[in-house]
Amino acid sequence: MHDANANRAAQTFAPLTASAVLVNPVGLHARPSVKLTQCAKGFAAKIEIALAADGPWTDAKSPVKVMRVKAPQGATLHFRISGPDGEAALAAMLALVHDGFGEA
Amino acid sequence: MSSLRPGNVGIVIVSHSPKIAEGAADMVRQMVGDAVPLAWTGGDVDGGLGTNVAGILEAIETAWSPAGVAILVDLGGAETNSEMAVEMLPEDRRGRVLVCNAPVVEGAVIAATESSGGSPLAAVKRSAEEFYA
Repeated sequence: MHDANANRAAQTFAPLTASAVLVNPVGLHARPSVKLTQCAKGFAAKIEIALAADGPWTDAKSPVKVMRVKAPQGATLHFRISGPDGEAALAAMLALVHDGFGEA
Repeated sequence: MSSLRPGNVGIVIVSHSPKIAEGAADMVRQMVGDAVPLAWTGGDVDGGLGTNVAGILEAIETAWSPAGVAILVDLGGAETNSEMAVEMLPEDRRGRVLVCNAPVVEGAVIAATESSGGSPLAAVKRSAEEFYA
């Protein structure tokens, strides 16, 4: 019974993953980091970013941690998102990157 | 120097130099936006480098939010004068104002980012202080 519930929960919030290339000139510097964090905070889902598909993963809702990733232009930013609004969160995060955080 | 968004934690920037305080506030406004009550103060009462309690109290009043106020300071007197200003606040406000142990510029931007997402005062302070972690 317990296992079945755990399984259902895992299915409901199965992590969504996707990646996008950073197109804005300076990469994930301070201002884009703030925008990414603000966008992530708008969702209930757990949102993580990484520079490689297998991590290490960084909490996208922490501005200090996001800035420490120091992702340069041309880097591929990987997202791992799980939560009830995960799909909307993923779409918003990818749109932000594709849009060069409004800088490109 | 202030904006209306009563739900978010207010940010006060206190530097010995009014130019630094104003510049840090400019960075917060440009990078984080207008969703956070913000005020700055710097300089002594004669216009020299320093801080003064009256100026800090005024800044707290300007950036006041029911969610509380996080103060970012630079050195020595900025911190002690800020603590003195907090002690002089009415009792019902005193517990909702915290001085952060964080670098003034970076801490202000991070604290404001955290606040703009609707985080409570303790989370705003913790996030700013991650810079020294």
